Amino acid sequence: MKRKMLSAVLCAAMVLSMGVSAFAEEASLPDASGKTFAIVTKSAGNPFNEREESGFQEVIEACGGTAIIKQPEAATADAQVSVIQSLISQGVDSISIAANDENALQAALEEATDEGIKVSSFDSKVNADSRLTFVNQAGVSEIGVTLMEAVYDIAGGEGQWAILSATSQAANQNAWIEAMKATMEADEKYANLELVEVAYGDDELQKSTDQTQALLDKYPDLKVICAPTTVGINAAAKVLQDKNSSVKLTGLGLPSEMKEYIGDDDAHSCPYMYLWNPIDLGRLAAYTAIALVNGDITGAAGESFEAGEMGTFEIVESDDGGTEIILGAPFKFDASNIEEWAEVY
Amino acid sequence: MKEKNGFLKKLSGSRELGLAAILIVLCIGIQIKSPSFLTPTSISDMLKNNAVTMIMALGMFEVLLIGGMDISIASTAGLAGMSVGLLLKYGIISNTFLGILLGILIGIVCGVCVGLVISKGKVLPIIASMGFMYIFRGFAYVLSGGQWASAADLGTFKDFALTSYLGFGVINNVIMIVIVCYIIFFVVTKWTVAGRKVYAVGSNVEAASVSGINSDRVKLVVYTVMGMLSGLAGVLSVSVYGSAQPNMLYGQEMDVIAACVIGGVSMNGGRGSVVGVFLGALTMAVINKALPLVGIDSIAQNTVQGVIILAVIVLNVLTQRATDRKNLKGREM
Repeated sequence: MKRKMLSAVLCAAMVLSMGVSAFAEEASLPDASGKTFAIVTKSAGNPFNEREESGFQEVIEACGGTAIIKQPEAATADAQVSVIQSLISQGVDSISIAANDENALQAALEEATDEGIKVSSFDSKVNADSRLTFVNQAGVSEIGVTLMEAVYDIAGGEGQWAILSATSQAANQNAWIEAMKATMEADEKYANLELVEVAYGDDELQKSTDQTQALLDKYPDLKVICAPTTVGINAAAKVLQDKNSSVKLTGLGLPSEMKEYIGDDDAHSCPYMYLWNPIDLGRLAAYTAIALVNGDITGAAGESFEAGEMGTFEIVESDDGGTEIILGAPFKFDASNIEEWAEVY
Repeated sequence: MKEKNGFLKKLSGSRELGLAAILIVLCIGIQIKSPSFLTPTSISDMLKNNAVTMIMALGMFEVLLIGGMDISIASTAGLAGMSVGLLLKYGIISNTFLGILLGILIGIVCGVCVGLVISKGKVLPIIASMGFMYIFRGFAYVLSGGQWASAADLGTFKDFALTSYLGFGVINNVIMIVIVCYIIFFVVTKWTVAGRKVYAVGSNVEAASVSGINSDRVKLVVYTVMGMLSGLAGVLSVSVYGSAQPNMLYGQEMDVIAACVIGGVSMNGGRGSVVGVFLGALTMAVINKALPLVGIDSIAQNTVQGVIILAVIVLNVLTQRATDRKNLKGREM
């Protein structure tokens, strides 16, 4: 088993290094030599986080810098605080962090800022006072519009639909759900769609399964379930596919987890779904960190910078009073590309 | 001796009757609110979705019976599930039964570790198992190396939870395993020497030792069985949900302990029965299944769940006290 895993890792490394050399030739890159850039993800053991790290590392190393990758042992703010403190004592030039708690990291990050470290967040933000800017995977309203359009399309323009979310306190999910509701109210086109319930599966497979089964029992005319959470969509996909239900699914999910369920025919429960590209998110976080360290940007709204082959990005005002950089619209996974992406993450 | 047995049986018997009554009332109430509740599919879904808790509750019952505690069980299940998931993913094994067997073996090894530290090392059960909770969960993370095993990786392994060849084509395989576990435990705890020894150790360790029971060995066996069932639950969960992640079943030990306590198993040891555990686990399953069904606002569901669990336990304790008093009176006369 060890040997197989090793060979898999080696293959991945080869593919990755090929990618690096290929794109290093074609794009003009900012210079990061002699500098150290740290990335702190939410937790270890999650393929999504690993891909963010690989994108970050790829860009930093291509630009001549040193990347330090830190994964806290648990997905808690406490664990991240001790990681931040060790990075401060190492004297890194920048910290890019995907926060486990919006406010709890403030003291540690302010300490880092006082030491001259450029602090930015990505994926999941820290509050406006703790960061220079935030690399956002997708704008809240863009996600709302995209998912609403998917529900409209899959439902055939009319009928009942429901949302299966994570916990009722999940900030990301709640913002997206609000954005979907706002989209639905703003456009006449969605008038024949009826949102019957927002259910919460707490990002547990068992609870999400119970909630999905309950939705099917309660609403016999249900047409679509939208699950904007990776655990929820996975559990719901399995329930619908096993039951061979006519109810279809969309939302935000990991391609490797959802490969089994994505397809255009009736045998598959999910025609298509969305997520952002974690590698690109890691890359953009890296370019942002380099631009901050080099003094090209300060993190104020209105500034813009070059992100290598990804093009030009502009810093904009964010809802919480800080600033953010938006990666782009969510990426669509369907029958045509799921095989390929399931290999990636 | 005979008389004491009868006395014990009567005690636990009445308590179970009380719980069964509560459960029936609960089911009737839910059925009125939501007619799709008591259909064969719905019941099958419910049992399958709660198989993990139901199986682990049996092990926890024995652990509580000897006055112990094991909070490492969800980590054990996660480690077993993750290991088997990865073995299937990388094509090292493909046979479903081999996968289940390996999960059980991993569980046994984990259980032996916990049992040895508690029985030979004389470490407090909650502390020892807390240590292993972190160790086993950590192993699962290290082993996974940031990878998950998803439905597409698991091949035919997930078909096990979809078919019913073990249940004669009628009862789902997973549910059949749950039923078999309960039958075995019922027979062993009620009618075998080994089963009664566990009660003896739990009621009074000194007395048990004096009467020639090796209490350390009983403890070791009990924690090993707990580990075995956790391993089994872990692999079954991979089959049921078609997914293995290093953080799977995180926090599940609480549901398992709650199922036992609802079922009337005393946390001080020596008291409880397999029938009670079954009813307790079933109550948890019914609550999990029914809360989203009956139209309680999603945000309030956790609170309602807590209130129902507490109410059931309080009702149960009150019945128990009443019977205790009655029995005491009988003895005085």
